Amino acid sequence: MAEMISLSINGVSIRVPAGTMVAAAVLIAGETMFRRSVSGEARGPLCGMGVCFECRVTIDEAPHCRSCQIICRDGMKVRTG
Amino acid sequence: MPSAASFDIAVVGAGIVGAACAREFAEAGLRTALIEAEAIGGGATAAGMGHLAVMDDSEAQFALTRYSQVLWKELAAELPAECEYLPCGAMWIAADEEEMAEVHRKQRYYSERGVPVEVLDTSSLADAEPNLRRGMAGALLLKDDSVVYPPCVAQFLVAQAQRDGATLILGRRVMRIDGNTAKLDDGSILFSDNFVLANGSSATSLVRDLQIQPRKGHLVITDRYPRFVRHQIIELGYLKSAHATRADSVAFNVQPRSSGQLLIGSSRQFGNEEAGVDGKIVSAMLQRAFEYMPGLKKLSAIRTWTGFRAATADKLPLIGPSPGRENVYLATGHEGLGITTSLCTAKLLGDLLLRRTPVINIAPYLPDRSYAVHG
Amino acid sequence: MTEARRTVDILVVGAGPAGMAAAVRARESGRGVLVLDDNPAPGGQIWRGGQEHSPSARASSWFAKMAASGAQVIAGARIVDGDAKRQCLTVEMPDSAFEVSYDKLILATGARELFLPFPGWTIPGVMGVGGLQALVKSGLPVTGKRIVVAGSGPLLLAAAAYFRAHGAIVPIVAEQAPVSRLAPFASRLAKHPGKLFQAAALRLALHRSRYRSSCWAIRASETERLESVQLQQHNRVWLEPCEYLAVAYGFISNVELAVLMQCQTGAAGVRVNDLQETSQNQIYCAGECTGIGGVDLSIIEGEIAGYAASGRDDLAGNLFKKRDKARQFAAALESAFALRDELRSLADAGTIICRCEDVTRERLEPMRSWRSAKLQTRCGMGPCQGRICGPILEFLLGLHPESVRPPVFPARVETLLRQEEETRPT
Repeated sequence: MAEMISLSINGVSIRVPAGTMVAAAVLIAGETMFRRSVSGEARGPLCGMGVCFECRVTIDEAPHCRSCQIICRDGMKVRTG
Repeated sequence: MPSAASFDIAVVGAGIVGAACAREFAEAGLRTALIEAEAIGGGATAAGMGHLAVMDDSEAQFALTRYSQVLWKELAAELPAECEYLPCGAMWIAADEEEMAEVHRKQRYYSERGVPVEVLDTSSLADAEPNLRRGMAGALLLKDDSVVYPPCVAQFLVAQAQRDGATLILGRRVMRIDGNTAKLDDGSILFSDNFVLANGSSATSLVRDLQIQPRKGHLVITDRYPRFVRHQIIELGYLKSAHATRADSVAFNVQPRSSGQLLIGSSRQFGNEEAGVDGKIVSAMLQRAFEYMPGLKKLSAIRTWTGFRAATADKLPLIGPSPGRENVYLATGHEGLGITTSLCTAKLLGDLLLRRTPVINIAPYLPDRSYAVHG
Repeated sequence: MTEARRTVDILVVGAGPAGMAAAVRARESGRGVLVLDDNPAPGGQIWRGGQEHSPSARASSWFAKMAASGAQVIAGARIVDGDAKRQCLTVEMPDSAFEVSYDKLILATGARELFLPFPGWTIPGVMGVGGLQALVKSGLPVTGKRIVVAGSGPLLLAAAAYFRAHGAIVPIVAEQAPVSRLAPFASRLAKHPGKLFQAAALRLALHRSRYRSSCWAIRASETERLESVQLQQHNRVWLEPCEYLAVAYGFISNVELAVLMQCQTGAAGVRVNDLQETSQNQIYCAGECTGIGGVDLSIIEGEIAGYAASGRDDLAGNLFKKRDKARQFAAALESAFALRDELRSLADAGTIICRCEDVTRERLEPMRSWRSAKLQTRCGMGPCQGRICGPILEFLLGLHPESVRPPVFPARVETLLRQEEETRPT
């Protein structure tokens, strides 16, 4: 069984197996809207491989992080929207 | 396009200057053609920052830029959203007391001439622009300076010209002009009583002995970081570097776009006519920017590009008839002020062609002064 | 800021099948090899997640060869700039950057999915086929979720099987290609040595799903959360409830880095000769970035590039016949899954084409060039740098993307700073 780590998504703490990508963790937390587009639309992951930039979230106060390419770290704070 | 088309005036180049000219002429009832070889607003217009600046390098430069700001204020209400008009003001940053003395000199200069300005000290500057490095001596805020997105402004001006009857000829290059004919690259001939060359440093291909040189610049654009920077910010040291007319130079210059993106500049190079990005000069430019605004380091850069400013020796544009060729008018040589002074350039050329009395003295910009200087 | 400076005999960009094969063959030929990949781990997209997610014997064998080869691999390494003349690349890591000089460069940058816009395609829950598969490989549970798979190409079947194996319900697989093209391809697949098992396995895995040809997604429920997708087959239109729609229309080559390095490209991808050499001296290209051909072709091309870059043209030459055969298969694949014209009219006037800048189709229709589209509408000016909307504009309006400028991928501003400038004597 994989080791579990915890992180927070929009202030809510969740536990995921180590090695989980942030994008997967956000969806596990029940969030489908990762970001607002420039005209205000809800957006979520599209390409899953770091190219489209639709899955961007704010991680530990750094904006524009591609959640599909970043592995969850223990204690990470993720914000969507 | 019919090869027998005949116009009162044909403008070569649909950058912002050519677009503004076409609009001015068409509005005045002239049969106007606007000829663009590539994309509207795709040359130096697309490469620049779009800072609508007042400048005090000379009285003539001040008169031109200040009159331009008045014209921009009038136009602002009409500009569609995609033109991204942002009345953010500009700050000239003084790093030390010596530069602060320059701030005070400029304050007097502008105040005497009715330009709204404000001096910021160390702490008010830190409040106004929290991402600047701490400990700057202060800044001069030019409240009427603003920012636009030039390619869309050019498109808007072209559309207005077309509305008033101007003919847009897109995708054709003017190969030569003889008397009242212009030969285009598809072999067709265009007849026009007068021509205006608004094609930046390419004007040299149509008029011999033109004293303009391409001056290469680089810019970097970032992703969106709203409120990271609130004003157009320029280091006062820029005056030293931008005014060197021979050596390569860089200066800190950052601009907030209405999108939240940041444009980071600037560089000036002579004698480099290659369009490619020069890593060395980009490095120097960014190094300078980081000295003023260290937080820029961690932002995400999306693109770097280059462009060529059409530079004259006395840093004033060439506006008026080309010496020896009375029906070929020049509207080029604007260097870094082409966006700002586009509207004013169009107004002055309209004044000349229609024999109206110009609002400002046109003599300093007439091309024959450049020939007088350079023989 | 670029810090350390590395030098290597052979630099491979991309640790997918082509890059791994190239690295292995170059190491066997006695050369020093560094492999850079921007994903968190090697494997590329097809073998994403390493061996545990790619149980095929061939994947295992290449992972094993790779591990034994002694090639150095750096994952999470994003190439942001390069200079063909100075023979170096600028590489950005999560917290640092470096420059690497090479003697020979092998580009194995792979492909990305082609997305074609339709009303509702921007709603969260609508993803690429490989895109959703990658997310599942990255830890997203899909047990009990309804996933509609749509678009075109063999990946639809493979992904549907993968989702089902992870507990998802795949009510339908909608393939735009007509059965008249698919049937000959299926018999060809079955005849192809090594693909028989694949073909049978796919059929078996899908026995409870419905596989529809001449069928495609025309609309996704336009809310903030996907509820259903509207599908069309011939004259019939119906709603299919789902939590995810995995939709993509095949692949397009990742040529941006090659273009930055001034390698010539053609309609299919980067142009290469028999030895996988590009138009640029010292630069080779292998795998999907030379044209979409699947994993077999990618591996062979990678091996050829690895040998050729190591000066073993003889060993490279032994693989030419095998490559020809794989290329024939790739050509058959391409014609079987050719995209139909109806897909050009899925997007209506208000459908967003450029997702970074939210540019709608109606604003792009009047544009006569990619440059005008960019300047006047901001299309392609966002962080994806036109990677998603560029191929769409090409498909819908015939506009060809313009040249690539650095950074070739968004980079920290500090990465654009070169600490040292090496000037080679000319």
